[in-house]
Amino acid sequence: MAFLSIQHATKSFGQAAAVEDFNLEIERGELVSFLGPSGCGKTTTLRMVAGFEVPTSGRIELNGVNITNQAPNQRNVGMVFQAYALFPNMTVADNVGFGLKVGKKPKDEIQKRTAEMLGLIRMPQLGDRYPYQLSGGQQQRVALARALAIQPQVLLLDEPLSALDAKIRVELRSEIRRIQQTLGITTIYVTHDQEEALSISDRIVVMSAGRIEQVGTPFDIYNFPKTAFVASFVGTLNQLRCTVVDAGQGKLSFDGQTFTATAPIRAAAGASVIAALRPEELHFGQFDGENQLTGKVEAVTFLGGIVRIRMVLGQSQITLDALNERKLTLPKVGDMQLVSFPPHACWVMADS
Amino acid sequence: MTTQASSAPAPRERSRAARILTRRGFPLWSWLWFILGALYFILPLYATLDFSLRMERDTIGLKAYSAAFADPVFARTFGYSVLLAVVTILVSILLVVPTAYWIRLRLPEARRIVEFITLLPFVIPAIILVFGMIRIYSSPVNLPFTDIRLLAPLTTSKLGTNALIVAGYIVLGLPYMYRSVDTGMRTVDVRTLTEAAQSLGANWATIMVRVVLPNVRTALLSGALLTFAIVVGEVVLASYLGLPTFGPYLFLLGQHRAYEPAALTFTTFLLTWAAMGIIQLVTGGQGQVAGAH
Repeated sequence: MAFLSIQHATKSFGQAAAVEDFNLEIERGELVSFLGPSGCGKTTTLRMVAGFEVPTSGRIELNGVNITNQAPNQRNVGMVFQAYALFPNMTVADNVGFGLKVGKKPKDEIQKRTAEMLGLIRMPQLGDRYPYQLSGGQQQRVALARALAIQPQVLLLDEPLSALDAKIRVELRSEIRRIQQTLGITTIYVTHDQEEALSISDRIVVMSAGRIEQVGTPFDIYNFPKTAFVASFVGTLNQLRCTVVDAGQGKLSFDGQTFTATAPIRAAAGASVIAALRPEELHFGQFDGENQLTGKVEAVTFLGGIVRIRMVLGQSQITLDALNERKLTLPKVGDMQLVSFPPHACWVMADS
Repeated sequence: MTTQASSAPAPRERSRAARILTRRGFPLWSWLWFILGALYFILPLYATLDFSLRMERDTIGLKAYSAAFADPVFARTFGYSVLLAVVTILVSILLVVPTAYWIRLRLPEARRIVEFITLLPFVIPAIILVFGMIRIYSSPVNLPFTDIRLLAPLTTSKLGTNALIVAGYIVLGLPYMYRSVDTGMRTVDVRTLTEAAQSLGANWATIMVRVVLPNVRTALLSGALLTFAIVVGEVVLASYLGLPTFGPYLFLLGQHRAYEPAALTFTTFLLTWAAMGIIQLVTGGQGQVAGAH
């Protein structure tokens, strides 16, 4: 039996269904991200776990207890909000100690635990400050400490880094992961930022239009997307409309050129399918045992670590990522180039 | 492209130069309007002060003030008005804070209706309000279309009349009270704060006392002081309900005395200023908190 179990959870607002038949089992100590575009139902699902929304139907169990209809203040669930939501009238220490004070814990225990939490977020000197005296990143650390102070069963993070600038975001997300692993706390992390989800999660739940598209490890989600939505939402994906030549051999025809994809293809010869390729699996030049396609360079963007090259192949556009090195010769716009990729890098998705 | 780039900064520089000129030189028009505006407010006040100090021929003195304060009716009516103001403020807070809170939290669609209702005192004059109240509450109030009596006539008893005037004052102060409280709640995002407190185990009472009220304190104070000013100077409701408050007293005094009403008017100005000073004092730190959020 999983530690947190969400069974057939559905939430409708009037006629519109925000979440439909959501099923997920989360193990103790796991960090699971809900990833998806705005309005996909990820925050609504999180709010059902927090108790701020009651499911229209379905059941939520935490540590074997049915909490579906339990009030939020009875659940012992820590929550961190996008807008920090620190109490402006209280100092940092009072904010962190609020949950313990509400829980009528003895004064010395509150002090001890508050100091411990401020140490954990590496802000031991700032207990006397007020929220308005802190930067956004510091405020969010305090919010995290406040949520953790009550020793919650589950930690819920609702886009906690969205309001911060890029550098702080990267710093704080590894900080969150470090703290989560130190405490071994079961965590749900809601985000629309795929890089964030890929970098900190044990598992990712990709959602779209209120439904789960795929659940899996970051590696699986990125490399083996099960639906067209996951494939295009997570990472950049080249999609080529091809005609099946030989399904058993994985042979496809594209713009008069033939190449091999991961076999077998579940479509009859002559059928129109979409072949998918990640930009980093493509490279310039000719290599033994690899497919070759010829295309025209349309744009070259230097991004530092990688160089992103956009090419036109027949009626389609593809993107190729080359790792930067000092000896690299950048292709010129208008050049005709040979692009290679191994057969296993290309897979066929159901035509949607 | 090059010519565009080189010619573009010229007008920008010119406008910057013009701005510096007005800042460093004398911004004639701004000062003129400021002085005119200030005179508009200060002159009548100065005239009142000056007049109130000239009760004795050819000397400047505080005789009008001592005479006005010596009248026991002044103390009685003023004290009564202050008491009514305090009761009005307390009941307003009890009515407005939970209403505004609930609308922010659960009923955002009701905001337009409530805002419309709170603005009604600007549209309906106090005289209409008081006649309406007298007409309805001077006879027993029955459940519509039945003989079941809900209320005895309110205007015939002292307690009833006091309740009526407090209710009337609440209506008059509603635009200020509701708006300042609602704005205060929006500034601190009371909805998310509530959820944060709930997830930390707090119940409704704790959330109200420890989270909501302290964070809308400034808003409450400004609403309360505006209500105070309205109640203390109000004449129409008090006259028609026949209650001995400060407003009608000042009005009557003005009909047969000259200097004392001027002295009292100036005193109430000072009191209002003192009240505004208190707002400034109390909101100093709090304002920053709200602004930083």
